[in-house]
Amino acid sequence: MAHRFPSDAWVKALMEELNQSAAYAEAAKTWEGDFYFVVDAGGPLTQPVVLYMDLWHGKCREAFEVTDQSVKNPVFRMSAAPATWKKVLTKKLDPIQGLMTGQLKLKGNMAMVMKSVKAAKELVEATTRVETEFPD
Amino acid sequence: MWFFKSPDIVFGEESLGYLEQLEGQRAFIVTDAMIAQFGHAARVQAALEAAGFEVSVFDRVEPDPSIETARAGAAAMLEFQPDWVVGLGGGSSLDAAKAMWILYERPDMDPEGISPIEPLHLRRKAHFLAIPTTSGTGSEVTWALVLTNVAERRKIGLGSREATADLALVDPSFVMSLPPRVTADTGMDALTHAVEGFTCQWHNDFSDGLCLKAAQLIFEFLPRAYRNGDDIEARTKMHNAATIAGLGFGNSMASLAHGLGHALGGVFHIPHGRGVSLFLPYAIEYCARGEPGEAVATRYGELARFLGLPAATEAQAATSLAAAIRQLQLALEQPRTLEACGIARADLDREMSLLVFNAGNDNQTITSTRIPDDVEVRKLFEYAHEGKSIDF
Repeated sequence: MAHRFPSDAWVKALMEELNQSAAYAEAAKTWEGDFYFVVDAGGPLTQPVVLYMDLWHGKCREAFEVTDQSVKNPVFRMSAAPATWKKVLTKKLDPIQGLMTGQLKLKGNMAMVMKSVKAAKELVEATTRVETEFPD
Repeated sequence: MWFFKSPDIVFGEESLGYLEQLEGQRAFIVTDAMIAQFGHAARVQAALEAAGFEVSVFDRVEPDPSIETARAGAAAMLEFQPDWVVGLGGGSSLDAAKAMWILYERPDMDPEGISPIEPLHLRRKAHFLAIPTTSGTGSEVTWALVLTNVAERRKIGLGSREATADLALVDPSFVMSLPPRVTADTGMDALTHAVEGFTCQWHNDFSDGLCLKAAQLIFEFLPRAYRNGDDIEARTKMHNAATIAGLGFGNSMASLAHGLGHALGGVFHIPHGRGVSLFLPYAIEYCARGEPGEAVATRYGELARFLGLPAATEAQAATSLAAAIRQLQLALEQPRTLEACGIARADLDREMSLLVFNAGNDNQTITSTRIPDDVEVRKLFEYAHEGKSIDF
């Protein structure tokens, strides 16, 4: 079943996908850090949508759409326009190149991210396995 | 969207004389004890003093420079307050100089957090001049740097576009006295840059031509420079080729052979160029065997045809390119297996978990057209130890 991106159902489907992925579990076995993934307003979105994921030692412990950003204080916050997220999720934009060119913006401890590129790659791979419906 | 970044490049014989035109007051030279002993640091210091600079020399960069060395150099810079930082040496000295310069400008930074994503706001205190004394690293024109986390026995690939030198001075007089082994190790490093810069996922129209030209020059002139170090034409061409390869891969990326070589170097301290180039034919064979649909298309055909190698099909091109590289390694009397590097199989097996983890998390492994999982990384190390062609 296709899940609309961005939505609570979509991020929960991603959580399920991640927790079934042996490759992600192995690549992210030392990772400790939760995220806000922010889909900025623009295109089909009249206001930003924020998705929370708690990533811990190769598993996703919690994932949901955030309506009040004060409920969590995640270690990382990654944001981009809807069209940029779509390019990442359809593998048309390498997320590392997206970050380097400023199309994706990341706030958080860069040293942690630089040590964990394989986990980041597996995370993106998992998103591509979620059947996704993008709003026009 | 992508970028092309290059310093001003002064190249050819007598390039050192250009320093007379450099404007500034205080220059801080970063180098190693061997370069100082060869008299290279004194030559650069004299040229800078003739241009009116007060000069300080830090000559304590070790091979595979550590984070601690970078901090020590930055502390010395903070005392001296240079307006030019001068990296002089091979990759270790140039990379250390970049790291020191960044930490001099940004003492608040965690060196492991140096990344292309976060603005550094460099050049508020100093500009950066890079003078290579080997023909290999390309660091004089790239924004990348490699430091070693000694405690974790891990090489860390770092970088920022802002860390590209303002000026690269590519003078062949600095490489005329290079010993043959260093000529071979560093020259093969340059070849690995050229091949991986052309064949990695991040290749682009701006970097492709540079990689092709560099590969062509290296295949032609590296054997000559190795056999006869006094061959000024070969030395000059190789010095240019290394910088051109640096521009090529620096504006695309390196790839799997670098990821494997970095992991190896962090544990067994094999010279960088020897390590990455040893893996190059294995990485080519591995990438060429990717299943259609799961792998990104390889580009060995275009490269092999440019080099005049048999390339009727992509598979044949990969085979002939790997064979040509192994032939060159033979001509340069380079080790072609990890065993020939002096690594016992028991030692490899003992360190395998760390090697696999570090290679998998190297930021150059993930730009490969085919990305190995942990089992495959392990097999790549095992095959490279035995010298077996890749069959998986």
